[in-house]
Order: sequence, then C-alpha cells, then structure tokens
Amino acid sequence: MTQPGSFGRETLALHAGQSPDPAHGSRATPIHFTTSYVFPDAEYAAALFNQERPGHVYSRISNPTNAVLEERVAALEGGVGGLAVASGQAALHLAIATLTGVGGHVVASRALYGGSHNLLGYTLPRFGIQTTFVDTADIDAWRAAIRPETALLFGESVGNPGLDVLDIPAVSALAHENKLPLLVDATLVSPALQQPLALGADLVMHSATKYLGGHGVAVGGVLVDGGRFDWEAAGRFPTLTEPYDGFHGMDFAEESPVAAFLLRARREGLRDFGACLSPMNAFQILQGLETLPLRMRAHVANTRAVAAHLAAHPLVERVAYPELESHRGHALAARLLPDGCGGVLSFDLRGGRNAGRVFIGALRLFSHLANVGDAKSLVIHPASTTHFRMSAADLAAAGIGEGTIRLSVGLESADDLLADLERGLYAVGKLLKS
Amino acid sequence: MDIQLQGHAIRLYHGGSAFDKNRPAILLLHGAGHDHSVWTFQARHLAQRGFTIVAPDLPAHGRSAGPQLSSIEALAAWTLALADALELDRIRLAGHSMGSLIALAATAAAPQRITALALLGSIAPMPVAPALLLAAQEDRARAHGMINQWSYTPRGQLGASPTPGSWLTGANLSLMERQAPGVLATDLAACNAWQDGLATAGRVVCPTLLICGERDQMTPPRAVKPLRDALVNAQGGARMMEIPGAGHALMAEAPDAISDALRGFFTDT
Repeated sequence: MTQPGSFGRETLALHAGQSPDPAHGSRATPIHFTTSYVFPDAEYAAALFNQERPGHVYSRISNPTNAVLEERVAALEGGVGGLAVASGQAALHLAIATLTGVGGHVVASRALYGGSHNLLGYTLPRFGIQTTFVDTADIDAWRAAIRPETALLFGESVGNPGLDVLDIPAVSALAHENKLPLLVDATLVSPALQQPLALGADLVMHSATKYLGGHGVAVGGVLVDGGRFDWEAAGRFPTLTEPYDGFHGMDFAEESPVAAFLLRARREGLRDFGACLSPMNAFQILQGLETLPLRMRAHVANTRAVAAHLAAHPLVERVAYPELESHRGHALAARLLPDGCGGVLSFDLRGGRNAGRVFIGALRLFSHLANVGDAKSLVIHPASTTHFRMSAADLAAAGIGEGTIRLSVGLESADDLLADLERGLYAVGKLLKS
Repeated sequence: MDIQLQGHAIRLYHGGSAFDKNRPAILLLHGAGHDHSVWTFQARHLAQRGFTIVAPDLPAHGRSAGPQLSSIEALAAWTLALADALELDRIRLAGHSMGSLIALAATAAAPQRITALALLGSIAPMPVAPALLLAAQEDRARAHGMINQWSYTPRGQLGASPTPGSWLTGANLSLMERQAPGVLATDLAACNAWQDGLATAGRVVCPTLLICGERDQMTPPRAVKPLRDALVNAQGGARMMEIPGAGHALMAEAPDAISDALRGFFTDT
C-alpha cells in the first residue's frame, strides 16, 4: 500500500466495484440480464432521468454488472470512472466522438492496431474528422502535427507491429502544453504492467477482449477517465463546456469538473451510438480480471523466455520485444514498463513468406488466429494472412517483413512453448535446405 | 453562473436550473479541498422541487478566484456577502464538514436571515488530526489518501458506487488534486482553529438538522453529541439523523438519503 486508503492491484482486481449482493449475499458479481429497471414511482423515474438520483434506467446506458467492470478497471488504472462498451473499437470511437466532430483532428502514433488505423485513417474522415499519423518516437513530429482544430493525441502503450514504446510522459507534456488530452490504448500491457494516467495520460482505453478478459471468450472495451484534464481551461472542448440541448442543457464541466468527459460519453455517446456491452460479456471479463496481475506476471515470464530463445536462434533475423537491448524502445521500456512489456512479440524468420507459412504450419500449441492477449499462445504470419495482399515494399513501409511472425505468448509451460517453436524452426530449416 | 464578488470571479452552481431570487433559496457549502460538485445530486434534486440553489466554489476553490479565506469567521462573512450580492434576504443553509462550520457561524451571525440550517458531517469543535494537518502542508498525496481512508466506509473504499461507473475514491482524489497547493492545508487549519462552535450553536434561533454517517470516521456520531446538545438547547431546536452505512462522504455514498433528508427538512421549515 503506497498511500493510506489505497489498495494493491491484486486486491483491486478481485474486489473493486463490487460488494456482496445485498439481496441474496452472492459473493460473485451477479449477471444482471435485464434491459430495463422498474421505477418505484413516477417522481423517482423523473429524478433518474434528470440525473438528480443515480441509478439505472436502460442497459444501453448503464447496467449493474457492467458498472462493476467499469469501476474495477477505473480503480486499476487510477481513474475517476469508466465506461464499458462493446469493443475496444467502440471505446476509441466513443472517446473521439465525445471530444470532437466535423472539422476535428487527431494526432496519432503510426504504430497502431490495424482496426484503430482503419477507424482513424479511413472511416472517421468520412465524418469530417482527420488524423495525422506520426512516428511514435519522434516528438517533433507530434508537435508539428498539432493544429488549431486538434482535439486529441492518441497512441498505444506498446504499439503494433514493432512494439514501439510510447513515451507517455513526453507526449502528455506536449499535449498539455497545447491544452490537449492524451488518450492511451493500454491493451497490450494492461493495468497490471502500466498505469498510463500516472505517467501523464488523461484517458485510457482497452480492448477488454485481450488481457483484461484473458480467456478469449468475450469481446468488450473499456474507457477510463483520469479526471485531471481541465476541459474548461483548455477552451477548445465545447461538447464538455457548453450547455448540451440533448441532455437538460447540461454543462458537463460545470456539473462535474472531474467526470465531465464520462458524463457526456455516457449520456450522449452510449445513449445515441449504442455500442453497449452485454452484461454476460462484462461478467466474463470480470472473471478474467480477477487474476489479471497473476496472469500478466506469467505472460511476461514466458515471453522473456521465448524472446531470449528466439534471439539466439540462427534462423531468426530479428526479435522485436522492448525488453531486448536491440529494441529501439529498450531504454524507454525500462523506465515506463519496469514490470514487463506484456506477452506480445514479433520476429523475422529467414526465408520470407514461405518460411512463415511453413513455421506456422508446424506449430501445435500456438493457435493460428488473429487475436492477442489470450491465456493460450497465439501466432499469426501477417504477410500470408492479415496483410497478404501487400507487396514486400508495402509491408516494409508498415514495418512488417515477409517473414515476420507475431506471437502472443500464453500461460502454457515455458518448456512446452519453446519446444513448439523449435518444431516450427526445424521445419523452416528443412525448407531452407531443400 | 459566474459572478463578481468583492472583486473576484466566483463560480456558482444552480443544480441545472436557472437562478431565481424569488424562489426559496438554499445555499450549499462544500468542505475542505472540495468544490460545488460534491452537491450535484442534491442540488439538482432540490432545484426541481421549488427551490433555487446556490452552491458556490468557495474563494480559491474550483473555478472561484480570489485569495483563500483562512478562518471560519471570514468564510461565514463571505457567505453572507454572497447572499447580499444575490439579493437573498432569507436563506436556508446547508454545509458539509468545513462547510458546516461556515454555515453554523453564518447562521449565528445573521439569525434574521437564515431560516433553516442543515449540518452534514459536523462536529464542534472540529479538531483535525495532527498527522493530516502536517501531510496537507508537506505531502498532499498522503493527505488525500488519509482523507479518502477516513471519509469512505470500507464498502465505499472498494467501490460499489451508487453512481454507475464512478470510482468514488478516485473521483475524490482527482477533485482534491484540482485545488491549488495549500488550499487543503489552509482549509483544515481553519477547521482546527475554530473553537467557537459550541458557543455559536447556542445562539442559533432557526431549526437545525444534523446529518451524520453511521460509519463516519472523520466526524463520528458519538462525537456529534456536544454540538447536538448545544443546538437542541438553542432557541431553534435541532434533531439528528444518522444515515445507515454511510461515512463522512455522505453526499457521494448515500446521495438519495441526503437528497431526501434535505428536501424534507427544507420543505418543512
């Protein structure tokens, strides 16, 4: 316990946001499978709609099971509250749509999950929101990309595909110099390994589908507000600082200086865009969240073993994992991710696309699929799957080699994982000799 | 609504309804290191029931400018000056923690103007633990942690917030961090220094409602007795209400119970 009144991550992961059900004493979080909630009387109903009483009205906007997830992730991240949404993509969209609209602009790291890149680069421009992509490590590029209409800076703690480490203190300082918030996608590290808000970020999002759940059975997303950004002083966020006709003329920053963003995101974004999370998914993600700190320690331990093994192998040209000295983000990772850089790494095989195909085909424990952050080990060969239409030159521009393999290292016995990788590497060796 | 008072911009929150000086007015005074937003549920609730609400950010708190006032007497005088500026002749007054001391002092100073007084999380005198006073001066983060530890019940400290998705202690930390350095320390010193509470209570001529949290560690129910006795024996009389399962952060932990209690009391008085 670092401060009075605070709890350790392991405790928060198990308890935050939930106390035993007062009706029946249920220790586990009940799944509230209901679309709506009975109003005791007409006056109480009106009070709920007027936001003068807290509570639930309709499960698109809030749900008791989802609320436990929201509070738990907020607690783990050190925020003031959270919003559970249908996916990580929904969380990113909700954050941007809450802050800006037509004519708005985002500055984003180029090292992003492909889905985020699609949203920012192709879809949001159709709705009048532009994005400038910059090299994650080039702080001058971040600075140069900021425009008067910029509403948000955005990056991933550890970004695809090269596991670039975001210098959150530096980028957040730049953001705050310009009266802008920084949103960090911390999906690949989880709050067990890094709390972006404590490093200077203002908003954090997760694809809860990944490490928060950890089991690969439920898609979901969570958005957390640090509550420290001064929207009113920034003077460039009218959605939060001017009366909103769509909700009682509420001036969200006046209503709650610390929760203005979450109020608007829930009262407008969840209400109108409707990307709500099923309470079943919230329950399943909560089950995973209970063991998050334990799992992340095991993911990191296994990933370190895999990274060391691959780095020493003659058929591997390069391993991208920030804990390795060869990685360009190594020093930054040592400072910002001292407990580990998560369980995802990539490496380049000798032999190009064919080697990649052969390698994956020989594996038995690693599952070949397009996901990360599962308790089970996962593998994908971008050049023959997610990026198979791209030429070698285009792949290189995206930081992907023809022989690049991405691993999401799971919780199996490390010896078994290394043996499985050796099986794949042996097959590649045979291919290269033939 | 922002107004100018004594040469400084002051933020006033009206519970989502326009200020109307012709309606019965309720002033809501926040506690140490806080701002008006601790009252949002209660303010919105009362504003829908015939009252006009004024929940100010005290000087140097929240969005209000001006030098911070360092004594309960000065804050009480400022509160009455605010009522003057808003042309409110008669007001109902509620205060939480430090705000309750300000409300008490203002009520005794202007007995003809205050028609009802609600004191939440209040004791008099209000000694502040030396460790907290020191931490507020030298280590704000530690002071904020202590306040959270003593303000919320065990249930509240682990969440289970009445407000869906809100992490109560995180929100309180953020609210306290938003205040300028030194604000909390000055507030706590003012609470600690004010020794006139019981004598002042004896001069109250309007009815008073004392509201305390059953599990309040800052101002525990057993410590309320001297103040309760002084107010019960004062001209206006008093009653005390204990909120089951709530700590010192009453408005956040039991928002409905506090709204109902204030509405009932201010409607009846």
